Amino acid sequence: MSPRTLATLVAMALLAVLPPVFYYTGNAFWLDLATRLTILAIAATSLNLILGYGGLVSFGHAAYVGLGAYAVGIPAYHWLYGGLEHLGLATTSGLVQIPLAMATCALFALVTGAICLRTRGVYFIMITMAFAQMVYYAIVSIEEYGGDDGLVIDTRSELPGLNLDDPIQLFGLAYVSLVAAMLIVRMITRSRFGMVLRGAKGNAERVQMMGLNTYAYRLTAYVISGAMAGYAGALLGNFTTFISPEMMDWTRSGELMFMVILGGGGTTGGPMLGAAAFIILEELLSHFTIYWHLPFGLLLIAVVLFTRGGLMGFFRGRK
Amino acid sequence: MSILETRNLMKSFGGIRATDDLTLAVEEGELHAIIGPNGAGKTTLITQLCGTQMPDAGQVLFKGRDITGLAPHKRARLGITRSFQITSLIADMTVLENIALAVQARAGSSFRFFRAASSVEAIQSRAMELLARVGLAEKAGMVTAALSHGEHRHMEIAIALASEAELMLLDEPMAGLGPEESARMVELLRGLKGKHTIVLIEHDMDAVFALADRISVLVYGHIIATGLPAEIRANKEVEAAYLGEEA
Repeated sequence: MSPRTLATLVAMALLAVLPPVFYYTGNAFWLDLATRLTILAIAATSLNLILGYGGLVSFGHAAYVGLGAYAVGIPAYHWLYGGLEHLGLATTSGLVQIPLAMATCALFALVTGAICLRTRGVYFIMITMAFAQMVYYAIVSIEEYGGDDGLVIDTRSELPGLNLDDPIQLFGLAYVSLVAAMLIVRMITRSRFGMVLRGAKGNAERVQMMGLNTYAYRLTAYVISGAMAGYAGALLGNFTTFISPEMMDWTRSGELMFMVILGGGGTTGGPMLGAAAFIILEELLSHFTIYWHLPFGLLLIAVVLFTRGGLMGFFRGRK
Repeated sequence: MSILETRNLMKSFGGIRATDDLTLAVEEGELHAIIGPNGAGKTTLITQLCGTQMPDAGQVLFKGRDITGLAPHKRARLGITRSFQITSLIADMTVLENIALAVQARAGSSFRFFRAASSVEAIQSRAMELLARVGLAEKAGMVTAALSHGEHRHMEIAIALASEAELMLLDEPMAGLGPEESARMVELLRGLKGKHTIVLIEHDMDAVFALADRISVLVYGHIIATGLPAEIRANKEVEAAYLGEEA
């Protein structure tokens, strides 16, 4: 077993065991932290598919998380206050909300990706950010859903056999989802599709000359990644029960990017490690000082400068 | 019948005419070398043939079909492949992965998400076979970036072969190779003659005259002569272009 696989498995084992232990020993706060960490790790894992493996530096990934959360919040709002019944969208059923979150994000990724992916480099970064800000301002402007004051989700998604009001069950769902997300990304990136995606990152012109339409492959990956981030957003909405446009802010997208880079892009476990390091450090440092952003920033810069390939770089095998 | 033709091709960059009224016909099955002084527009011509750059005017025809506006990956599917003057491989993938990707591109759709690419036996064995043919079988598992320049040049050929293209556009395959590696490359190319139509751009005149069926001479973006090696050798205009008229 490679050191990387081992590190990933150990981290996942700790993540499975520690939060429930904390919870049952009266430290509910740490379970909350772990749930948030796990959900953000799903979002970071989805970003890793296009950023780490595809080399597409998307600076708008928080928009998908936000859209996913609103796909839970808006039906829950109408279920309580009326409206949209004729569309079947006044509901608290997770079996409607979660597919809605993923479909909305997939569609948004398809439409915006079709445009973004015609650009390269810095232009790609800027245009993905611009589309994300567009969603941000769109939600701000919709008074009915609270505008920039946000929206309270009164009732969590209802799923058969699950009660998401129980923090342990919510954490369990997030954890299983993270495992699934990591395995799906791993499977995709090792498949023939993944070889094209990774090849296009290394040398797009070469791959095109082999007869492969890199644009179509990248767009497909972009849509898969968006849908997966939307799923993470639906979980995040259920976790916080309060959603606001702030969760789509470009700084949130930056945090997701940072988790991927910090942990190690292009590896199965990297985004999860990055999300864990990010959330735990943020929490610990904020206990010491209200100026925690400064040491936090310096630490992040140090990791990026001194490890090749993020935290996963520590677990490089001999080669 | 000409497999590849260009008609009055024009391409300018700023004030510089890199391709100037270039008309060329490559016959099926021949090895057609294109030679010319530095800056004559040889690579610019290749990029227009494979579609990464569009000509300002003129036409490119493949088997009589106008492909002037066709995207590179579509031309590749018709059966045109190129190798790059400056080695252009996927540096962070292994040697085998590079070749396997090229094989995979010819083996049906790559929109396959489930099975690991490395477990598709037909593709892997074909890639290994091609690596053996260019003498790189032992290096299959290495990261491409770790190989030498000469080995990269041979990988380029393996990728071109993987495409099973009828028309191979080879942009200076001998560039930067030592004498031994060059000799190996000449042998490799000799083995391809007749099986593929090859357009060879090359500075190594020994290699060109050893391999070419016909030679075209490109000067300032214009073909000044096309003919058999012996005819080109005897051509006064070509001599002037290479040696400089004042000399």
